[in-house]
Amino acid sequence: MTDDAPKVAASPNSMRLVLTLAIAGLISGIAIIGIYESTLPTITANKARELREAVFKVLPGVSQMQALVYREGELVVVEGPDKDEPVVYGGYDEQSEFVGYAMPAAGPGFQDTIGILYGYKPGEKIVVGMEVLESRETPGLGDKIYKDPVFVGGFSALSVEPEIVAVKKGTQSQPNEIDAITGATISSKAVVRIINETHEEWSGQLPAPGSEPPFVRTEPQDAEAGQ
Amino acid sequence: MKNDESYEEFIKGVWRDNPVFVQVLGMCPMLAVTNSAVNAIAMGMATLFVLVGSSFLVSSFRNWIPKQVRISCFIIIIATFVTIADYTLLALVPKVHKELGAFIPLIVANCLILGRQEAFASRYPTRLAVMDALGMASGFMLALFSLGAVREILGDGALFGVKLFGENFEPWVIMILPPGGFLTLGVILLFFNWFKYKKDEFLEEVAAAERSGN
Repeated sequence: MTDDAPKVAASPNSMRLVLTLAIAGLISGIAIIGIYESTLPTITANKARELREAVFKVLPGVSQMQALVYREGELVVVEGPDKDEPVVYGGYDEQSEFVGYAMPAAGPGFQDTIGILYGYKPGEKIVVGMEVLESRETPGLGDKIYKDPVFVGGFSALSVEPEIVAVKKGTQSQPNEIDAITGATISSKAVVRIINETHEEWSGQLPAPGSEPPFVRTEPQDAEAGQ
Repeated sequence: MKNDESYEEFIKGVWRDNPVFVQVLGMCPMLAVTNSAVNAIAMGMATLFVLVGSSFLVSSFRNWIPKQVRISCFIIIIATFVTIADYTLLALVPKVHKELGAFIPLIVANCLILGRQEAFASRYPTRLAVMDALGMASGFMLALFSLGAVREILGDGALFGVKLFGENFEPWVIMILPPGGFLTLGVILLFFNWFKYKKDEFLEEVAAAERSGN
C-alpha cells in the first residue's frame, strides 16, 4: 500500500482521502499539544507576575499578598481560588499588617470588557489605586484610562461614599469625584461604574475594618532573603 | 539563473504583485490592526511565520496530498501554524498579544495565505514556494507598516510610541479609528494605481518612439 503512495492516481479511493486528512489532523494535533504544553508554564507565570505587580501597584506600601474568597459567611485565605469564584487579594506590609484589598473588577467598556484591579482601604473607605488589566478601548482615546497619568492618579485617594462620580474635566471638587477624560467620557465613566458595582457587590462580604484575615505564611518568601 | 528565479519570486510579492496594493487581499487585518506601527509589524511577523511555514509544508507534500482534499489539508496546516504563533506570542510578548487580540486566530481566514497555497506552493518546488511566501509576506508587512506608520503619525503624533511633534500637536484622532484605515488605504491605492498608469503610459511612449525612430 505504501509503495504507490507517492504517485498521484487519477481518482484516489476514498480510503486514501480519509487517511490523508486523518494523518494531517493527527500531526497537527500533536504539534498543537506540544506548543500548548511548552508555553503554558511561561503564560501562567506571566499572568501570576502581572497580577502580583498590579496588586503592589494599586496598594502602595504592600509587599505581601494572599488570595481571599468569601465562603460560608466569611473571608477565608485560599491557596488557589476555584475558577469563576470571585476573589480579592489582601495586601500586607512587611510586618504582615493588613493594608488593604486589591479588588479585581470587570464590566463593559466602550468596545469590550474592561478588566481592572483597584486598591481599597476599608478603614478609610477610599480607593487608593487603579490599574487596567484588560481593555480593547480605542487607541488614542479610550486607552487613556490607563495611559493618562492624571486620570490614573485621580484614583489615589478617592472616597467611595456614597459612590464615585465621574465629572467633567476640571470640575472635580468633592472627595468622591474624579475628572473624566475629555474625548473618552464613556471609557472613564465605565471604569468608575465598574468600581462602584464591584464595591457594592463586596460591601456586605468584607469583614469590619480591623478584623481582616491575618496573613498566613504558606511558603518561605524569597523576597526576604535579599532584605 | 537559479538565483535570478528565486529573486524574481521574492520581489514579485514585495512590489509588482503586492498582496495588498495590487491584489487587494488580506483587507481585514490590514484595516483592523494598523492603528500603530508596532501592531502592524507584529501582525506582519505572525503572518510571515504562518505563510512561510505553510508554503514550505504544502510545497514539500504537494505530491502526497490528493487533489480532492487539498483545501482541507492546507487549512489544517495553516491553522496549526496560526495556533503555534498565537501561543508563542502569548508567552513571549503578552502585551502585543493583548493589542492584536482576536486578529491572530483570524490569520487562518486570511485569503492571502490560502491563496498562495492554492496558486503557488502546491504547484512549485519548495525553494521557489518559500521565496514566494517570503516575498508575499514581506509585501504584506510593508503594506501593514506603511498604513500603520501613517495612521500612528497622523492620529497620535508618534511613531513606535515615540512622540514626534511638540505639545501643541493636535492628534488627528480619526486616523487611528476605523475610518482612518479606509481613508489611508484609499489614498495609498490611489497612488499605486496612478503610478501604474503613469508607468504604462511611459512604456507606451517609449515603444512608440522606438517604432517611429526605426
